[in-house]
Amino acid sequence: MTEPLTAQEVSGAAGALVPATRAADEGRSLWSDAWADLRRNPFFWVSAVLIAVFLVMAAFPQLFTSTDPYFADLAHAREKPSAEAWFGYDGQGHDVYARTIYGARSSILVGVFATLFTLVIGSLFGILAGYSGGSLDALLSRLGDIFFAIPLLLGGILILYTFPSDLETPYLVVVGKVVLALGLLGWPNIARLMRSSVLQVKPNDYVQAARALGASPGRIILSHILPNSLAAVIVVSTINLGAYIAAEATLSYLGIGLQPPAISWGLAISEASGIGLIRAAPHMLLFPSIFLSLTVLAFIMLGDAVRDALDPKLR
Amino acid sequence: MSREVILEADNLVKYYPIRAGVLRRTIGQVKALDGVSFKLYKGETLGIVGESGCGKSTLGRMLMRLEEPTAGTLTFDGVDVYTQKGAAMRRLRRDIQIVFQDPYTSLNPRKTVGDIVGEPFEIHRDVVPKGGRRRRVQELLDLVGLNPEHINRYPHQFSGGQRQRIGIARGLALNPKVIICDEPVSALDVSVQAQVVNLLEKLQSEFGLAYVFIAHDLSVVRHISDRVGVMYLGTMVELGDEEQIYSRPTHPYTQALLSAVPVPDPTLRGRREQIVLAGDVPSPANPPSGCRFHTRCWKAQQKCVTDVPLLINRPDGRGAHDSACHFAEARVVV
Repeated sequence: MTEPLTAQEVSGAAGALVPATRAADEGRSLWSDAWADLRRNPFFWVSAVLIAVFLVMAAFPQLFTSTDPYFADLAHAREKPSAEAWFGYDGQGHDVYARTIYGARSSILVGVFATLFTLVIGSLFGILAGYSGGSLDALLSRLGDIFFAIPLLLGGILILYTFPSDLETPYLVVVGKVVLALGLLGWPNIARLMRSSVLQVKPNDYVQAARALGASPGRIILSHILPNSLAAVIVVSTINLGAYIAAEATLSYLGIGLQPPAISWGLAISEASGIGLIRAAPHMLLFPSIFLSLTVLAFIMLGDAVRDALDPKLR
Repeated sequence: MSREVILEADNLVKYYPIRAGVLRRTIGQVKALDGVSFKLYKGETLGIVGESGCGKSTLGRMLMRLEEPTAGTLTFDGVDVYTQKGAAMRRLRRDIQIVFQDPYTSLNPRKTVGDIVGEPFEIHRDVVPKGGRRRRVQELLDLVGLNPEHINRYPHQFSGGQRQRIGIARGLALNPKVIICDEPVSALDVSVQAQVVNLLEKLQSEFGLAYVFIAHDLSVVRHISDRVGVMYLGTMVELGDEEQIYSRPTHPYTQALLSAVPVPDPTLRGRREQIVLAGDVPSPANPPSGCRFHTRCWKAQQKCVTDVPLLINRPDGRGAHDSACHFAEARVVV
């Protein structure tokens, strides 16, 4: 502690305040302090720039390449990287660079939205279950257990076979189906984590103090429980993001996720992982994989930076 | 001192169900609080002492209505606390506040001191206009002896004693009439305890607060209290002025408790009579019949096993005060 405690004799003149400094003048909160902290964190900027690049790539792929990703020339099939085609050609003679750029859209849409879906639904159910306890907790937890018992892939196959897509189905509907399938199977993971964090935070005296002040349950949850139980969920969600992109790839490989002619990193990776191809044309696998890894890394770094910034003790 | 009652507890009872099995059937009850009654007068300090598990903290939480009662009524300034709802209850909460035992869990680690002390104004928005809140928080920090410039710091940047002051500032924010102090100094160093107790006394004389001071440290309670209640296994066994309880205790449990207080005088060593009780505190899930203390009391007779002694005025040699013992008799122990 910087200052020793002086048992200040404060007489009735409570107005005799020490002149407030500039720093004390501006009100600060957890979020503004967290932002100030993030701004000084190089990992935050690296991850933010990477994510921004991938988001622009997903929205406007034509900014990065003028090659048509659907144009195929079998004469060039499996050619190694060269000056004309930086990442080489794939098995059908597509330009790998163009397809990697265009593939960002599907992969990022699936990864980000599946993560957001599980994060929102899982946190909501986890908080409700942990905070209210009793029969609502039992109901939500058992509901979660049901979904938890279904393996991600098996469940995904089941859901996507029940609601199949064909070539006529609009692109966003196909993506939406994959997101919903992954989200439905993924939320109990987050909900469990959230529930246990909430159970840890709830008995703390500061929650009781807020109740004693007459705070509403909404206020207690938003300003006391949520900020103190978010850390674990943020970390797990960012890791899951990569898992969802990979799961999308697997589903596509099985022919029920995104279908060609859709382009995604998952599709490209599964196509390139065929027997013999890895040795014959490693570039087909390498480049989409690097992009996928970079995306996942960027989100994990962002999650870490945000988690650290939200913990005043680490400042 | 005016003898106007501000808070009156009448036969407060709190049983916690013991559940077991898949169907969560209730197979028993922990009788944490079993019929506690007392009056708190304006501007006074009522000390509540007793060993761990006797229901002190449950009583504190009941007085805050953080727990719903199994039975009994609590009246604040003529208003029945347990029947209030919604806005009326919120209005009532302004007048009764609490200071917690553990300064490390009673402050949200992710909020600045300004947010913590200012939260009461966010909940009760009409107390201080929005523009003046920050200034009011700084006044409160100044009042409890903290630097008002530290308003943007986080709890972990303060020591235990300072954190307890933050908790006190939060409790004071709404100008309450009663503050429940649930072992406010037992987690602090002795030197810091004195500072915090002195602060509480200063605030009391400045604002005319009434305290219910729950503690297990008998000397701290003696220092701050006007009246003292002694609890054992969910019941109040003796209640009287600080002088009556400490100099002329009539209940055997109080006498045993007081004889355990260390006396800072080495010459008295070994010459002081110490009452050592046999056995352990019985389980509150299955308390003894009659007088709950009879299993450990050296005076116990058949009557104590069958008849519950009431907490009524019994002579203590020089006068009389409330004691729940059939054989109440004053005895000097300290």
